[in-house]
Amino acid sequence: MEDYLKIAKNGLWDNNQALVALLGLCPLLAVTNNIVNAIGLGLATTFVLIASNTTVSIFRHHISKEVRIPIFVLLIAAFVTIVELLMQSYFYDLYLILGIFVPLIVTNCAILGRAEAFASKNSWDKSALDGLMMGLGFSLVLIILGAMRELVGGGTLFAQSSLLLGTLGESLSISVVDDYQGTLLAILPPGAFIGLGLIVAVKNFIDLKKP
Amino acid sequence: MVIHPILKSGLLLLIFTAFSVFFVTFTQERTKVQIKHNENQLLIKRLGELVSGYDNDILKDKFFRQTTLHGVRQKIGIYPAKKNNQVFAYLIEHTYPNGYNGNIRLLTGVGIDKKLLGVRVITHKETPGLGDKVELRKSDWIKQFSGLSLLNPNKNNWKVRSDGGVFDAFTGATITPRAIVTATYQILHKPCLLKPEDKVCLEYDNAPQ
Repeated sequence: MEDYLKIAKNGLWDNNQALVALLGLCPLLAVTNNIVNAIGLGLATTFVLIASNTTVSIFRHHISKEVRIPIFVLLIAAFVTIVELLMQSYFYDLYLILGIFVPLIVTNCAILGRAEAFASKNSWDKSALDGLMMGLGFSLVLIILGAMRELVGGGTLFAQSSLLLGTLGESLSISVVDDYQGTLLAILPPGAFIGLGLIVAVKNFIDLKKP
Repeated sequence: MVIHPILKSGLLLLIFTAFSVFFVTFTQERTKVQIKHNENQLLIKRLGELVSGYDNDILKDKFFRQTTLHGVRQKIGIYPAKKNNQVFAYLIEHTYPNGYNGNIRLLTGVGIDKKLLGVRVITHKETPGLGDKVELRKSDWIKQFSGLSLLNPNKNNWKVRSDGGVFDAFTGATITPRAIVTATYQILHKPCLLKPEDKVCLEYDNAPQ
C-alpha cells in the first residue's frame, strides 16, 4: 500500500514531470492559452502514459535490452496515433484547436522517460498507476498554467468549454472581469515561460519550507 | 535451440511493429467514417455561414481550377451554390500568401450579381491576440464584407483606413486586415472568377453548369 501512495505522491508532486523534470515543455507551453486546451492535452497525455506504461510493463521480460528504446517509441507512437484518431472522431472541434500538438505527444520525453525509468522495472499495476499519476501531475500543471494565462490574458475562465463538453460546457464559461482588454503577454509564448517559472518557484518555495 | 541475439531482437521488433500496425489500422478503420463525417459537417457549417438556400450537394459539386491569383499560381477550390440547378453563388477557397506570418486560407462567397456574400478565414498563422481578430470567434470584423462589391466602396476606398480606405485595421496589427482586404478585392477584381459563362477567360471550362 505504501508503495502505491509513494507512486501517487511522486507523480503528483515530488517528481512532477512538468515542474521537477521539466519534461514535455513543448506541448506544455504551446497549448496552455486556456483551460480547455490544457484539459484536452492533459487527458490525451495521461491516456498515452497509462497505455504505454502498462504495455511496456507487461512485456518487460520479453523486450531485450538492445532494442527496448525503438520498441518503446513504436508503442508510444502507436498509442498517440490511436488517441489522435479517437479525438478526431469524437472531439473534432477540440482536435482542430490542439491540432499538431496531439501528434507531438510522441516527443514528450516524460512518456519515454517513464517507460524506461519505471515501467520496464515494475509490475503492470504499479506501472499503470505511475502512468496515471504522472499524467495527472502533468495535467494539473497544464490546467493551472492554462487558468493563469486565460485569466490574465483574456479575463475569462473555461472559455470554449463547449468544445470538450458539448452544450453542457456553454454554461461553464465565466467572464471573470467584464470589459477586460486583455494582456497580450500572457497569451503569447513568453507568458507561458513566465507562468511556468512562477509555478516552479511556488513549488520550490513550499518544498523548502517543509522540514 | 539457441536463437542468435540479433535475430531475436529483429523478431521482437517485427512482432511489436505488427502489433502496433494492427491496432492503429483497426482504430483507423473504425473511425474513418466518423472523421469524414466530422470534416464534412464542419465544411457545410462554414459554407452555410456565407450562403443559404442552396439545394445541391455542394461538397460533391466542388471543382478545382489552376489559376494565378494573388501573384501565385495556385489551385483554388470552388463550391457552386445552386437552386433548381441554377448557380446563384460561388464560394471560392483560395490562399493569400502575404499575411503577417505567411499564408492565409480564405473562403470568399460571391453571388452571380457580383456582390460579396461574405469572407471567412479558414486557416492562418497571424499573431494571437492581434492579427487573429479576423477570426469570427474573436471579433465581428470579418462580417463587414457581406454585401460589398467592386463599386461599393469604390476602387480607391478598397483599403484599410491607414492606407486611405474605409476598412478599420486593428491596433497593433495592420498587415493582417490589409491582407484580407486586398485578397477580397482581388477576388472581386478577377473578372474571370465572376463570369462563369466566359469559359476562355475564367478557366472554368470544366465547371459543371
